[in-house]
Amino acid sequence: MSLTLGHFLSVGAILFALSVIGIFLNRKNLIVLLMAIELMLLAVNMNFVAFSHYLGDMHGQVFVFFILTVAAAESAIGLAILVLLFRNRSSISVEELNTLKG
Amino acid sequence: MDFTTGFFYLFAAVLLFAAFRVITARNTVHAALYLMLAFSQAAALWLLLKAEFLGLTLVLVYLGAVMVLFLFVVMMLDIKFEGDRWSFWQHFPVAAVLGALVAAELIAVLWIGFPNIALQPPEVAADAPSNTAALGKLLYTEYLYPIEVAAVILLVAMVAAIALTLRRRKDSKAINPGLQVHVKASDRLVVVPMAATQKAAEAAQTPEEGKA
Repeated sequence: MSLTLGHFLSVGAILFALSVIGIFLNRKNLIVLLMAIELMLLAVNMNFVAFSHYLGDMHGQVFVFFILTVAAAESAIGLAILVLLFRNRSSISVEELNTLKG
Repeated sequence: MDFTTGFFYLFAAVLLFAAFRVITARNTVHAALYLMLAFSQAAALWLLLKAEFLGLTLVLVYLGAVMVLFLFVVMMLDIKFEGDRWSFWQHFPVAAVLGALVAAELIAVLWIGFPNIALQPPEVAADAPSNTAALGKLLYTEYLYPIEVAAVILLVAMVAAIALTLRRRKDSKAINPGLQVHVKASDRLVVVPMAATQKAAEAAQTPEEGKA
């Protein structure tokens, strides 16, 4: 039994579902939330690379390249905001970040 | 079952285990380290898919840079590790069911939605350029404008991250260079017009007053 596209798509789907669980259940730590977002992007990239390979089309890999760029920028700014938040609130607990609540 | 399939199952199993540990780890440092493991396994999977350049980029950019950033932030912030994560495990069964549902639906849609894709990838010609060369050719011809936009995005991210976290020290004794350049002689030295001092003979007669 050789590898098919479905194998890689399944890995991507399970990875995506795991990160969704992580985002919804995480109540204590904003950093873990950022990590879960990184995992989601990785799952999407996995699908792109798999399709690119099985269709013989390089454009999918170019798209992965751009997603990696934006993900790096996103994590840098996200972590900067996190540091700022910790300075002001002395906490990164997701539960306590409710100042915008009416 | 050939070697590639075996490696696929190995990498996929470690990848999913590491992802599970990222979202369940009690210690954030452990979560960051498991995330590194997950990214390395994903890079290995991409190598199996013959996407060499992206696999190595993942190792360099994520394991090399982004993960160090994560670890720096985790260790810089003085986070109290909450002993009990009971709220996580309390809601975990519901979330596990929903997550399994999400995964099953995604898999079903993707498997059923693309039945026409060949089980085997198209054969590459023997004289075809390498993955890196092909990707580079695409990036610097067809995608030249988007790659410049990506460069600008990275620059903006860098400036934003520095601007957000830059903190001016209140006790700093540094001089504002702008004000220093614009200073005039009249700001520093004031010539006060005064009447002439008393004569020397009078000063000798009243030494006490002179001293005072």
